[in-house]
Amino acid sequence: MSGYAADVAALARKDLLLELRSRETLPAMLLFVVSALTVFHFALPAGSSARAETGLLWIAIVFTALLGLGRAFAAEREQGALDGLVLAPCDRSAIWLGKTLGVTAFLVLAELVALPAFALFFHSLSWELVAAVALADVGIAAIGTLLAAMAAASRARELLLPLMFLPLVIPVVIGGVGASVAANPGSFLAFLGLYDAVFAILCWASFEYVVTE
Amino acid sequence: MSTWSRNRNGRAGKAGDASVAAALAVAATGLLVGGLALAFFWAPEDADQGFSQKIFYIHVPIALTAYACFIVGAWKALRLLGTRDRRYDLESYTAIHMGVIFGLLTLVTGSIWAKVSWGQWWTWGERQLVLFLILFLFYSSYFMLRYSTDPGPRRERNSAVYALFGVVLIPVSFLAVRIAGTILHPTIFTHKGANLPGTMLVSVAVCFAGMLTLAATLYRVELAGKRIDASLRELRELLA
Repeated sequence: MSGYAADVAALARKDLLLELRSRETLPAMLLFVVSALTVFHFALPAGSSARAETGLLWIAIVFTALLGLGRAFAAEREQGALDGLVLAPCDRSAIWLGKTLGVTAFLVLAELVALPAFALFFHSLSWELVAAVALADVGIAAIGTLLAAMAAASRARELLLPLMFLPLVIPVVIGGVGASVAANPGSFLAFLGLYDAVFAILCWASFEYVVTE
Repeated sequence: MSTWSRNRNGRAGKAGDASVAAALAVAATGLLVGGLALAFFWAPEDADQGFSQKIFYIHVPIALTAYACFIVGAWKALRLLGTRDRRYDLESYTAIHMGVIFGLLTLVTGSIWAKVSWGQWWTWGERQLVLFLILFLFYSSYFMLRYSTDPGPRRERNSAVYALFGVVLIPVSFLAVRIAGTILHPTIFTHKGANLPGTMLVSVAVCFAGMLTLAATLYRVELAGKRIDASLRELRELLA
């Protein structure tokens, strides 16, 4: 394993290990997503279409991700570990990649509960929906991690993150909902892939500027 | 701190600045008046929409100018990240500030046009307006980011990275709104016909040049104001 990949793996492992021991973020995300789906059941009038239900699933996913992202740099901030990470002799983008992998893992784990719960409460899942969720996770985690690092440097961090995050993920929601309900999911899935690639490269290249003092 | 003030204010208050701004203001007035005169008296009335189509000569130049401001803002941000020269921070901020103003005007004029043409203030089928709404929300958060981060290199770089995200978000959202428009909200109306007659094209080009000059004038005035504001704050900090 090359040095860069080893750095990334160590950083991602640190986040997962930390979560495994403290159990702070993931249980909250799971509880939130199931509560949100329950709220949505009562928000939808009886006889609402499957399309409306699918749209609400995407809202639930975006807000659950937001909940996790708000905590993404909590440990670093509270313990001042980010300075240590920045000073460590590794490429700064490795910090972003490691953190993004950790966030993606949390999101996927939350969805392993959310999607079956959605199928149970509302209607069965299509493979397009699952593929779209998987693709969206990558983009959400990539962008969200960078914005969370930005927000961590500000005074109004809990307030700022959703404000910056939501306009940026509108294309993800468009792609995700389109892939789940449209007749030609292929073009929407391709769009999600394009979004992931573009923003992942941009975040990877610009993370260094966000964390260095 | 002293290097900061020198870099930040190195170009402030040059003797020629005011006269350049004045010349730009005169040029903007001339071009806008001329462009609108062409639009109202020379360009033919639109066969479909009649007189109400004249707002096209205001709405489209404003929208294009907003894009131009966002692109300039991102370019200055890129220069900031590349050169670490702090004066680009204020320049990028001012350009985005102008972009948000012109973006808001785009939403307002587009809304008026939609009301006159289709009887609705807002229609999700109109892609350009939806795109501007997304951009307006995105760039409004830019101000939140700036206001809630303490001044310094960290804020400058975070703002610059965010400005770069914006210029990438423009084509990505454009594509997203486009594919969403084809399937989720079928587009029934289109603003532009297949081809604009030459007279219309010339009129709209003159209006666009006028709007760009107007934006450049406002940019210079606002930048001078922001620089004075920044040096004043530094002076106050030094004295305190």
